[in-house]
Amino acid sequence: MAELTNASDRRRLVALLSPAYLWLLVAVFLPLSAMLFFSFLTDLPQDTPDWGFTLGNYARFLSNPTYGTLLWKSVTLGLTVTLACILIGYPCALVLARTIKGRARETLFLLVILPFWSNSLVRIFSWAIVLRGNGVLERFLELFVPFDLRLNLMFTTTAVVIGLVHSYLPYVILTSYLALQAIDDDIIEAARSMGASRLTILRRLLLPLSMPGLMAGAVLVFVPVVGSFMEPRILGGRVGTYYGTVIEDQFVAVYNWPLGAALSFILLAVVLLILALASPILRKANT
Amino acid sequence: MSLVDVQNVTKKFGHTTALDNVSITFDNGGFFGLLGPSGSGKTTLLRTIAGFYYPESGSILIGDRNVEKIPVEKRDIGMMFQSYALFPNMSVADNVGFGLRVRKVPAVEEKRRINEALELVQLQALADRRPSQLSGGQRQRVALARAIVTNPKVLLLDEPLSALDKSLRVDMQIELKRIQREVGITTIFVTHDQEEALTLSDRIGILKAGRIIQAGTPREVYDRPVDAFAAGFLGEANWLPQQLLDGLTLPGEKQSHRFAVRPEMLTMSDAAVDGRNSVRGKLVQRVFAGALATCLIEVKGEQWKLIARDRDLPDFAGEGDVWLNWAPEDTIRVPA
Ligand SMILES: Nc1ncnc2c1ncn2[C@@H]1O[C@H](COP(=O)(O)OP(=O)(O)O)[C@@H](O)[C@H]1O
Ligand SMILES: [Mg+2]
Repeated sequence: MAELTNASDRRRLVALLSPAYLWLLVAVFLPLSAMLFFSFLTDLPQDTPDWGFTLGNYARFLSNPTYGTLLWKSVTLGLTVTLACILIGYPCALVLARTIKGRARETLFLLVILPFWSNSLVRIFSWAIVLRGNGVLERFLELFVPFDLRLNLMFTTTAVVIGLVHSYLPYVILTSYLALQAIDDDIIEAARSMGASRLTILRRLLLPLSMPGLMAGAVLVFVPVVGSFMEPRILGGRVGTYYGTVIEDQFVAVYNWPLGAALSFILLAVVLLILALASPILRKANT
Repeated sequence: MSLVDVQNVTKKFGHTTALDNVSITFDNGGFFGLLGPSGSGKTTLLRTIAGFYYPESGSILIGDRNVEKIPVEKRDIGMMFQSYALFPNMSVADNVGFGLRVRKVPAVEEKRRINEALELVQLQALADRRPSQLSGGQRQRVALARAIVTNPKVLLLDEPLSALDKSLRVDMQIELKRIQREVGITTIFVTHDQEEALTLSDRIGILKAGRIIQAGTPREVYDRPVDAFAAGFLGEANWLPQQLLDGLTLPGEKQSHRFAVRPEMLTMSDAAVDGRNSVRGKLVQRVFAGALATCLIEVKGEQWKLIARDRDLPDFAGEGDVWLNWAPEDTIRVPA
């Protein structure tokens, strides 16, 4: 970081950065503060005149083990989906960035980020059509096998994972791709001239050099998936109760905003804690 | 004894023929410069020898092995890239040790050989640094150490010094030559800088449009270029205007040939000199540049150049008519 030598430089910097900070304040900090405030209330002020402050919402998380169980279920879901996204997305990014050249690469790249272009509800309902019993997937697979498959993935954890992986896969592909295509071809060729096999090149050069991108993608997947509610609800049915769906219920169904806010902040804290614990790995990837 | 032998190699990219039936032999332990204008196929030839490209036809021998169908990983070559291509995620020592690790050299020996290589390029002190913490010249040395640490059969360099500034470049030329002598490795390098080619090479090859038009020692190519292109590309040539040929003593048949003289072969006087070829010209400009002076002279419409020690030039008062003289045997003769 360059040292800021004089006051006028510093003032200019403040002037340039202030719109960004203002935006951060309005879009992130204020709503978060409001939510934090709500989470300590007994009732919403506009509903009940005799509202007060309480720690009860947080206490409910501790007293009812269901919340903890669901949070753990959501974290596991987050890890599963993140892992699946890495296992599928990184090889895709690798092929896209290192073996395909020219126009084909641009076209494929657009296809990869196609999920970004469509409405997430449409996407999820499409999956429902594919995965349900006697649905598109089953009919397709039955073309290849002589017997009745009776494949019904709808309303299973697998369906939830498939839907989430599909939604969040582009993040991993995108960040890994950007990191991978920034690696100089000469570096790979130099390694080949020294006799390195493809596997050695992947293990000792491509993977370490693209690790920051891969990790950024993993974080971008993990954080929203832990709090996700739409995919679990639509694709998971009865098994689709997660920490995120419980929070959503508090806001839209039960109308208990203070509890929803408190549960949200517990989720935020847990996610931050996990990221903090993982930060030595993330930091190592950046050097 | 030849170590790398390229025979009738043709390499095409779509409709461009980058190498057109190239045959050239590189002797064991020699320092070989490939010289040619941009787009003449130098890089393609080097990369075909390395194994990044497979030729459409022809054979390549490295040592006693036919390698034209063997991939680069298995050819046992050392290559240095113009961008150095150091691994940014590894220390200098790990960069140098990469090829050894790939070959599963035992740890103790690996360490010893890394040290030896770093000593050779005088970088032992920086073994633990990252490439990003090195200067351009130091990176260059690491790249060189890394390319030779595995004792490859041949060292390939593509414009190795072109990223360095002038003074560093001259230092590195001397350094490169010293290291190549010390290790005795067969070296092929590509350059478009004729001075660099002359300084470094034992032998040079001149490429034009995918063909080797001449190969030999720098002396041979400089003194006896095979055609006008070679004469003009390696060094400068003053071309004799056709109407002056008659009064001169020239080597060989004049019919359908052109003649030239190197600028440093010329002397300047105010009268023709007996026993030498002399032509009249008009001194246009005289540029003093320290040890040497350059004179531009117009000879029957041709722009000639003379290079001599400034003190050896007669003191003409400014511009005017002069005689340029040279020994008949210094005349270059090429097919027209
Ligand atoms: N990878 C490639 N794809 C297509 N054409 C190429 C490629 N590499 C080189 N060429 C063409 O082959 C010719 C020789 O190129 P090159 O060997 O790079 O020349 P030099 O190194 O002497 O400048 C040029 O016409 C160039 O455009
Ligand atoms: Mg080139």
